[in-house]
Amino acid sequence: MIDVLVDAISGVFILSGGFFILVGAIGLARMPDLYTRMHAASVTETLGAGLLLIGLMMQAGFTLVTLKLVFLLLLLVFTGPMASHALAQAALHVGVKPVLAEDRRDRLDKPDGPGPKSGSEA
Amino acid sequence: MIFAAAAIAILVSLALAVVRALRGPTVFDRVLAGNTVGTLAILLLATYGFVTGRPEWLDIGIAYGFLNTISTLAVLKFFRHGDLAYDIDEKGDAS
Amino acid sequence: MREVSLGLILFFFWLALSGHYTAFLISIGVITTVLCVVLARRMGALDSEGHPTQLFYQALTYWPWLAWEVVKSAWSVTKIILDPKLPISPTMTVVEGSQRTAVGLATYGNSITLTPGTITTLVEGNRLTVHALVRDGALDLEGGGMDQRVTQFEGRS
Repeated sequence: MIDVLVDAISGVFILSGGFFILVGAIGLARMPDLYTRMHAASVTETLGAGLLLIGLMMQAGFTLVTLKLVFLLLLLVFTGPMASHALAQAALHVGVKPVLAEDRRDRLDKPDGPGPKSGSEA
Repeated sequence: MIFAAAAIAILVSLALAVVRALRGPTVFDRVLAGNTVGTLAILLLATYGFVTGRPEWLDIGIAYGFLNTISTLAVLKFFRHGDLAYDIDEKGDAS
Repeated sequence: MREVSLGLILFFFWLALSGHYTAFLISIGVITTVLCVVLARRMGALDSEGHPTQLFYQALTYWPWLAWEVVKSAWSVTKIILDPKLPISPTMTVVEGSQRTAVGLATYGNSITLTPGTITTLVEGNRLTVHALVRDGALDLEGGGMDQRVTQFEGRS
């Protein structure tokens, strides 16, 4: 009885993980420029991978396999943002211009600018 | 069955990532696509281990995860400085 | 102290990956662990920055909170990706981190990057330049909720 339940829940996790992986990849193909594509790719790397691996952990039960899956998840969670940050920084440094709707990078240097409330009118 | 469905979703995503790698347009798009392909390959290895009932594939996945990060950083360093031996402490951060 | 905790982590990692528990393999594991710890010590990587054991207890509550943030923002990015009109409004902004230590600031930057929809692109001092997929995401960060949570996570250590 409980096995069936765990199976069903892990099935939901695995399938939704696959769904978010696919969504991230669709975003990777659809988005207009490099930086927006990186946001799409991070859906794959965080939520997609996380749900899929948690689903697999439920299937494996309390075994070494689960421990390895935990390592794999930690690895993805710790190295993913590092690679993303390096990528964004390198691209900006080399001069790949982001397509922006609004540039607020000088926000803190404006005389009336500082403070977290300055942009909350939207 | 569920594993197969997830594996197919990952394979389709891999195809989309490869399309992005081919289309570019900048080299960083290709690096991003390559990094995504690496992540997807790890997930595919994990899922495929469960499809075949042999989770030993996970070890390969972990090793591949480390390699993926290091290779992404190395490629980025090369395209940023044009030199893998560039010493940022010695020559500063300028291009 | 940090040597012991790093050694234990590495040794359990070895045990988990190995899966064979013979005297020979375990002794090899011990030797490898000791070598790694000595090497990390010599590199000077075993300080409050390289192996922040002091953050362990706070991490137990911070990571679930971060995971929930990731789920929420990933869901909103998913809706944007699947929307036929692709309603994005890419915005770049700067935020100031109120963390005192490098570990805290790195945690803040990485947390921003980890949540889909926002990416830290540059860190200068305690100013982080952030690229957000939608304008609201940037304004959310400027509001400083995550900043306060990370500072709380960093604690008094």
